[in-house]
Amino acid sequence: MQLIRYQTPELSNWPTLDRWSNLRDELNSLLDLPFLTNFNRQDLFSGWSPALDLYQNNDNVVAVLELPGMRKEDIEISLHDGTLTISGERKSSASNGENAERTERYVGSFRRSITLPARVDANKVNATYRDGILTVTLPKAEEAKPKRIQVAS
Amino acid sequence: MNTTVRETDGRKTEQFAAPAASVREIGDGYLLQVEMPGVNKEGLDISTEGNELTITGRRSLPTIEGAVIHRESRRENFRRTFEIDPSIDVNKINAKIEQGLLTVTLPKAEHVKPRKITVS
Repeated sequence: MQLIRYQTPELSNWPTLDRWSNLRDELNSLLDLPFLTNFNRQDLFSGWSPALDLYQNNDNVVAVLELPGMRKEDIEISLHDGTLTISGERKSSASNGENAERTERYVGSFRRSITLPARVDANKVNATYRDGILTVTLPKAEEAKPKRIQVAS
Repeated sequence: MNTTVRETDGRKTEQFAAPAASVREIGDGYLLQVEMPGVNKEGLDISTEGNELTITGRRSLPTIEGAVIHRESRRENFRRTFEIDPSIDVNKINAKIEQGLLTVTLPKAEHVKPRKITVS
């Protein structure tokens, strides 16, 4: 058996290390991409995004939003270019001299937009707010309703 | 909240969603607020056992005919148990629900409130 003296490995002989440093540069360059820097992290992660459901039947498109504990005056609904936007603000009910022990509830404003699957009649939109659930009923425009065509002969 | 509480009631198993809540100290007690969209007075059940306060909210959701295009909401009823401070007078707990937001007032018992003793 032959004994070989231990040799200190030279870093430059490690091809993997080079690869890793390249990888890190590449990851860093990804983080510098404009689309990532343009995002406001506040908006992305600390916002309030109430659950939204959307239904469709022959006559209506119906949007349902879970908005517990709001005043109906603080809810705003708008329709523009086939996009329904619901926004609002929930005010903090804490007054001076009260300490929040722990909270999981969001306070502040929210904004949800959804593209409607059919053309609707903006003048006939109806909204109700009950038990903390907002239901927006949007009647479809006549031309968007499904029609049965009779075979003449 | 995404936490799901599973309850075995005989052979039937119901899944509950844990609602978001906040606790705040007010003058003579605590204020607990629980978000339960779709729950009204009739669907609400609040009970205490020992030092635990359990809130169950059964939802009466609007029934909408038609196809679901997009869904983010959960269908489960709500249930959550809170541990209550021994200083709270359980007989004086008061609750109200408005637009799916439950507000529970938990006053402290008389004997734990600071008291001034007058020297006679």
